[in-house]
Amino acid sequence: MIPAFFADINESFWFPKQASTFAKDVDFLYDAILWISIFFFVPIVAAMIYFSIKYRDRPGYKGSTEAIHNTTIEILWSVIPTFIAGWIFWMGLVGYLDMQRPPPAGTEDIKVIAKRWNWNFKYKNGAEHPELHVPVGKAAKMIMRSDDVLHSFYVPAFRIKRDIVPGRYNYTWFQPTIEGTYDLFCSEYCGDNHSTMNAKVFVDSEEKYAKFLAEAIKEPEDLVERGKWLYERKACKGCHYAGKDGAQGPGPSYNGSWGKPVPLAVGGEVQFDENYVSESILNPIAKARKGYENASAMPSYKGQLKEEQIEALIAFIKSLESATPPTKK
Amino acid sequence: MTTAVAPAPTEHDHHEHPSWLAHHFDDAEQQFDAGKMGMWLFLVTEVLFFSGMFCAYALYRNRNPEVFEFCSTFLNEKLGAINTGVLLFSSLTMAWAVRASQLKETKTLIGMLGATLGCAAIFLGVKAVEYSHKWALGLFPGKFYISQVAGAPHSEVPYLWYLSIAPLVMLVCFILYYIYGIVTASKFHLRVAGPLVIAAACFFGGVGLGLVLEAEEGHGDTHASASHQEHSADHAHTDAAIPTVNLLSTDTAPLNDVATTPAESNTPDSSVNQKGMAGLFFSIYYCMTGVHAFHILGGMLVITWLIVKAANLEFHSKYYGPVDNVGLYWHLVDFIWIFLFPLLYLIT
Amino acid sequence: MSVVTKPVTMPAPNLVAGEEDNYLTHSSGFLSWALTLDHKRIGLMYLTCVMASFALGGILALLVRIHLWNPNLDPTQALFSNKVYNQIFTLHGAVMVFLFIIPSIPAALGNFLLPIMLGSKDVAFPRLNLGSFYLWVAGALFFLFSMFATGLDTGWTFYTPYSIESQGPVVAATMGVFVLGFSSIFTGLNFIVTINTMRPPGMTWFRMPLFLWAIYSTAIIQVLATPVLGITMLLLAAERILGIGIFDAKMNGDPVAFQHFFWFYSHPAVYIMILPAMGIISELMSVHSHKGILGYRMIAYSSIAIALFGFLVWGHHMFTSGMADVTTIVFSALTFTVSIPSAIKVFNWIGTMYQGTVSLNTPMVYALAFIFLFTIGGLTGLFLGALSTDMHLHATYFVVAHFHYVMMGGTLVAFLGGLFHWWPKMTGKMFNDFAGIVSAAIVFVGFNLTFLPQFVLGTRGMPRRYASYALEFQDLHRLSTIGAVMLGTGLLVAALTLLHSLFYGSKAPRNPWGGATLEWECSSPPPHDNFSSAPTVGDPYDFSNIEYDPKVGGYFKKK
Repeated sequence: MIPAFFADINESFWFPKQASTFAKDVDFLYDAILWISIFFFVPIVAAMIYFSIKYRDRPGYKGSTEAIHNTTIEILWSVIPTFIAGWIFWMGLVGYLDMQRPPPAGTEDIKVIAKRWNWNFKYKNGAEHPELHVPVGKAAKMIMRSDDVLHSFYVPAFRIKRDIVPGRYNYTWFQPTIEGTYDLFCSEYCGDNHSTMNAKVFVDSEEKYAKFLAEAIKEPEDLVERGKWLYERKACKGCHYAGKDGAQGPGPSYNGSWGKPVPLAVGGEVQFDENYVSESILNPIAKARKGYENASAMPSYKGQLKEEQIEALIAFIKSLESATPPTKK
Repeated sequence: MTTAVAPAPTEHDHHEHPSWLAHHFDDAEQQFDAGKMGMWLFLVTEVLFFSGMFCAYALYRNRNPEVFEFCSTFLNEKLGAINTGVLLFSSLTMAWAVRASQLKETKTLIGMLGATLGCAAIFLGVKAVEYSHKWALGLFPGKFYISQVAGAPHSEVPYLWYLSIAPLVMLVCFILYYIYGIVTASKFHLRVAGPLVIAAACFFGGVGLGLVLEAEEGHGDTHASASHQEHSADHAHTDAAIPTVNLLSTDTAPLNDVATTPAESNTPDSSVNQKGMAGLFFSIYYCMTGVHAFHILGGMLVITWLIVKAANLEFHSKYYGPVDNVGLYWHLVDFIWIFLFPLLYLIT
Repeated sequence: MSVVTKPVTMPAPNLVAGEEDNYLTHSSGFLSWALTLDHKRIGLMYLTCVMASFALGGILALLVRIHLWNPNLDPTQALFSNKVYNQIFTLHGAVMVFLFIIPSIPAALGNFLLPIMLGSKDVAFPRLNLGSFYLWVAGALFFLFSMFATGLDTGWTFYTPYSIESQGPVVAATMGVFVLGFSSIFTGLNFIVTINTMRPPGMTWFRMPLFLWAIYSTAIIQVLATPVLGITMLLLAAERILGIGIFDAKMNGDPVAFQHFFWFYSHPAVYIMILPAMGIISELMSVHSHKGILGYRMIAYSSIAIALFGFLVWGHHMFTSGMADVTTIVFSALTFTVSIPSAIKVFNWIGTMYQGTVSLNTPMVYALAFIFLFTIGGLTGLFLGALSTDMHLHATYFVVAHFHYVMMGGTLVAFLGGLFHWWPKMTGKMFNDFAGIVSAAIVFVGFNLTFLPQFVLGTRGMPRRYASYALEFQDLHRLSTIGAVMLGTGLLVAALTLLHSLFYGSKAPRNPWGGATLEWECSSPPPHDNFSSAPTVGDPYDFSNIEYDPKVGGYFKKK
């Protein structure tokens, strides 16, 4: 068995690809600390093993019982690690200040909205997209806010991480160096589907990025496609399972729901039709479904969606009429 | 703290050990030192416990000083001042009790402990008036805070009655206990029941005092001597009960709008008068004074326990550690109030 | 301090235990245990309960690892749903931290040993001690409730605002933590007072065994840090019940303030966990090398230094939270200062073996395993203390591996070493040494197999608390799961070895290992009152006059 991590030769054993300007420095410091650690660890363990064999309790052998005193060596092994620790601190500080300093002028500013359990990125031309696209070689600044709980913006390939704290804007920036697709994780525990709150980061060439921006702002023509498009961008996806892409979250699945009777939390039933969907989007707690009494966790979309956008969503949900719902655990 | 006291030896019969000296201590001095040190450490933990809330206070006052100024006008500094005086006096009686226990003056000891207990009850009585008055106005913590609107009707819920139920029941029980003492002609029971009856009665003294002072604040409310319920009902129709709101409103924009559309109005007082601002102040206010009140209650419990021991004639010059340690605790509770009073009531 | 003058004939030093009254047989019946004021019985009750909690936490850990055998990219095919997985790791963390590690060494072993090592009859406040135990039980019940109610899913850190919104029984859990906190505070308070006021004549500060220094430093942290956790938990409960809004961004509160409050306790709590373990290792290394400890004062002072510095570094849990740069940098610098005393201790332990007579028995093998694992745990802390690398490693499996190396490889392994070391003293029974060594070996290999791959997972970017993962991480996760099963097996062998000894073990001599501290001078198990007269106190690490007596299979002190 060849472990998968040996497969990609562009990556080292320890790290994913170095895809930002920070990565080199971080990896250098990591390697430096690693070697310092080995430098200390190996002699410690070697001495431990050597002593426990050489001085082992055996017939005919009696070691000394007196405690050793050697001030010189005690001072040495206090002072030397202090200096080394100081150096590591200094290197870490330098690397950190590099990340904290204002980014070079002319950054690509992107608004990041973290919402359980979705990412949404707003670009300078007003386009919204669930994946992050950035141009290569240009510093990109993330202006991040959370709509609910703590999240954290983490791109391993860029070696950056910054918590997103509700009630304030947090910032981070990076300058990608290599075109490609990278993982973006939420790294601050945020509830049920924390582990699916991922996105891809596409580092594109300048032209590709421009093309993306132009396309991202257009809503698809086809009504069902447009519904799906909205589903992915308006944070429906975080809670409602649909098709095969959704996360099986706290909300009811869209699959196979259309036209069926819906048992209500307060008792009684209602038909899953246009009226029910549009009411549930605008006022989620009005007819909470049985088993989903916590419908207040869903925000009202009143004023956020236009009439035709709701129609598109209805069309999308309708298209999933015969899809199989996920097996509920 | 009860633990400062040594348990009586149960299984081991060291004849050198008198009953008040625990078997694992060598002598009275060691036992006393251990108890004292334990109590000091406990006080350190108490200070740290409160320090968390003081930090929260500092953080939010630093962030929104105007909120604290606005809200502190809702606190009646007369009531706060009276309570400060009452607690300071109780510190005196507590210190006196320690002295009496060393001198084995049982009568003075029980009297002083009873006086301390009474002061604590007065404090709580005044506090009950303060709390119930605020609740009637809708000054609740955090998300329950109701934006203050001049002239709005106040809640008619008789909060003060609710707060008085437990003390009332206790008063009745203590009186029954006292009668039991008279019937059985037990000196011990009478010694214990006397201070308890007085202390429970003191609570209602505190309530009365609080009502009088609150009424003065209410500008010419002539019903101060009326029953509690009537009183709160009266307040419900007195605009003067929240004069401070009008004082703060520099412009004449009605505050009614604030409650519904806080974002649209940007007068300083209106942005302050909402759940996330004034509500937060009252959260801190209730947390700090509430936790402090629980400490007063705890203190009252251990003082009661001391009274029982004192009535049992247990204290003497070599064994007065428990009184001394409870005294230390009581001084700390006073001490914390001495910080709370200016920080909450005397901001402006 | 006057000594009770009661003529006592000291039994011959090499007398086999059993012919005299001991604390186990002193009285019988359920109430004689439930209401006991004897620190040894209380210690034993703690030990039982703490081990039960450990078993519970361990099973939860295995469930986590088994769930992660597959990447679970399709959550419908996973062993547990995401929600249940979150509940499992939350309870694993909470049970292990609050019910097991924090009370394990101080409350269980510390309670048993502290008065005996000190040469006193009991702790200063025996009733408070029993009270602490019942507070622990009450706290544990709260936890069990939150487990069987709707399932707590906030993570053991209770970060706001998620803990405000979570559907789980957060109030019950916070009350549990609150109550357990007071259990811990009272234990610490008791120990400080005992050590300060109840040392017998001759027991000066620098004749105290290092284990007591460690317990003393721990107690300082328990008393100074835990109250802040108490108030934090109270405010969190108030947040949920009253909506006070202090930690809730929706109410203008500050979620990061909660993190400061929480870590102000919980970072020092890390030292509550590790300091007593270091104390145990100091004892074990010296006794089983039959040699005075190197740098006694250095180790004693470094315990206190760690306790004090430990209060100043809590911010390093929040480097990525967007604190002010200056704050972040200062916390990083302070973090590095804590690493030095720990490093010094490791050197001193190794140096103690030099030219000694090393007995490679179960406790010593555990101690050596501790040094190996703790050194890795400590060194990997450097990666996290350095700011730029922490930006990458924070909240990944690297952190998970790091603190398991310290908490489990450190504290748990030391706890097991200490348990084997003092087991003959506590129970009067010798265990099978070979089986003990086998258990240590399996635990050691299993542990490394579990957590070494997690370092790599972390550097490669696998975030923690994930119920599913990308396919590229599968091999490392599987290695880790195999290791976890092995680790569980090793712990089971250790448990069986100890249980076996209870029924089939030979009678333990007074001093089976050749220790010079006071607990080895009373019989095994010790009598109810520990010492009928104040014992003569000597250097706790003077092994020059301790000789082996093959007749009893134990050591005695030459007069």
